[in-house]
Amino acid sequence: MMTAQAMTPRKDAGIRFDAVGKFFGTHKVLDGITLDVPKAMTTCLIGPSGSGKSTLLRCANLLERPQEGAIFVDGTEITDSKVDLDKLRTRIGMVFQHFNLFSHLSVMDNVTLALRKVHGMKRDEAEAVAFRELEAVGLKGFERRRPSALSGGQQQRVAIARALAMKPEVMLFDEATSALDPELVKGILEVMRDLARSGITMLVVTHEMRFAREVAGQVVFMDQGKIVEQGSPDRMFDAPESPRLRYFLDQVL
Amino acid sequence: MSIGLERIQETFFDPVILWHSLETLVVIGLPNTILLSVLASLIGMAFGLLIATGLMASTVFVRFPCRVYVDILRGLPHILTIYLIGQGLPLAGLSIFGRDTYSYAALAIGLIEGAYMAEIFRAGLQSVERGQIEAARTLGMSSAQAFFYIMLPQGVRRVLPPLTGQFILVIKGTSLVFLLGLTVSQREIFSIAQDTAINSANLSPLTAAGLLYLALTVPMTYGVNAWERRMRMGSRSAR
Repeated sequence: MMTAQAMTPRKDAGIRFDAVGKFFGTHKVLDGITLDVPKAMTTCLIGPSGSGKSTLLRCANLLERPQEGAIFVDGTEITDSKVDLDKLRTRIGMVFQHFNLFSHLSVMDNVTLALRKVHGMKRDEAEAVAFRELEAVGLKGFERRRPSALSGGQQQRVAIARALAMKPEVMLFDEATSALDPELVKGILEVMRDLARSGITMLVVTHEMRFAREVAGQVVFMDQGKIVEQGSPDRMFDAPESPRLRYFLDQVL
Repeated sequence: MSIGLERIQETFFDPVILWHSLETLVVIGLPNTILLSVLASLIGMAFGLLIATGLMASTVFVRFPCRVYVDILRGLPHILTIYLIGQGLPLAGLSIFGRDTYSYAALAIGLIEGAYMAEIFRAGLQSVERGQIEAARTLGMSSAQAFFYIMLPQGVRRVLPPLTGQFILVIKGTSLVFLLGLTVSQREIFSIAQDTAINSANLSPLTAAGLLYLALTVPMTYGVNAWERRMRMGSRSAR
């Protein structure tokens, strides 16, 4: 197995889960998950709560470490203990359900901190990047605000800008709109849609079926720690094969 | 009856002695008390932070000694620890500060405060949400970077009021260093009051000292309470 490669210019990477298993105590949350997340495409993970979809997503950057199987990013096995995790994570951006903005830092510092401390950029260099990314998510003029002075939707935009500023090859979204007030969901989904169209690899855990249908290249339905069914969004939503997916879609649509 | 009251007044509130002793107390005692409290608190914070991170370490070999440190220094009477360190270190040939009692006093109180402050810091650090650390790690920060740039500033900010509360306890605690025998110019509030009380065969200097301590501690206590109230309200609206 190879170790992590040195940072290369922006490119897309795919993720491959190979027979991944994960236990919390004796409870098996992931049970033999094998999945290809192709590059430059959006893969949506759907399923009931407790199905393991968030855990699978969190395995992709090893926030959770699986006990079984292997995970590959861009062909490199990241579950190899020799991999430089910090370096790997700079290639994988993540957006959380609860935004997780650094509450003691301004919007600007939220975006620039990792640029400065991880990528070693000078402050003015990092701020130039941050201005661009913040403007791209529609937050020009909010640089000096504190996260607590922003709405949920604005906080999530900052979180997306913060992740994108690192120039990741893959973006992970963990129920990015679930904690938002209903009227703010659409705006965030729009940002995500634009991002998907830019051609970056995305792995998205979501309850927004419309989004999955419109944006995903691949939809994966999970239940009880297993992949029950996967396919193109049209096929999955129009002609679900398994009774479990049919039942799930009946509940949510 | 009036004789009794007069005697009480003379014993504790003799105006001449009160006024006279207050001068020395304010000019020499007060700065020394404050300096000693600040020194001891700085030592305490440095130790406390170190021990606090040790208390949260994943390896037992780090966690256990830190736990023992905290348990012992919080479990012993302060007067005993001050004696053991302040008198004991030089006696045992560990005269790290030469013959300067003041430094031993600051070290002794600092080590005691380190144990209390460790628990305060630990509470603060552990109150930082896991998501904050996850966000930092996700951006490629090492665990050390996540600790220094995210966990430490957030955790310490949250415990500033209880730390200030602890500082009030330190101010009172410095009175115990009279035990170690200070030179005339090094005496803090209590030792001056005690000396003066003995010399004048009257307790009014102690009353004066008490008033001075209260002038320090009571406003600070109310200040800390107000600060904590404001922080609680602030964090609620921030959610």
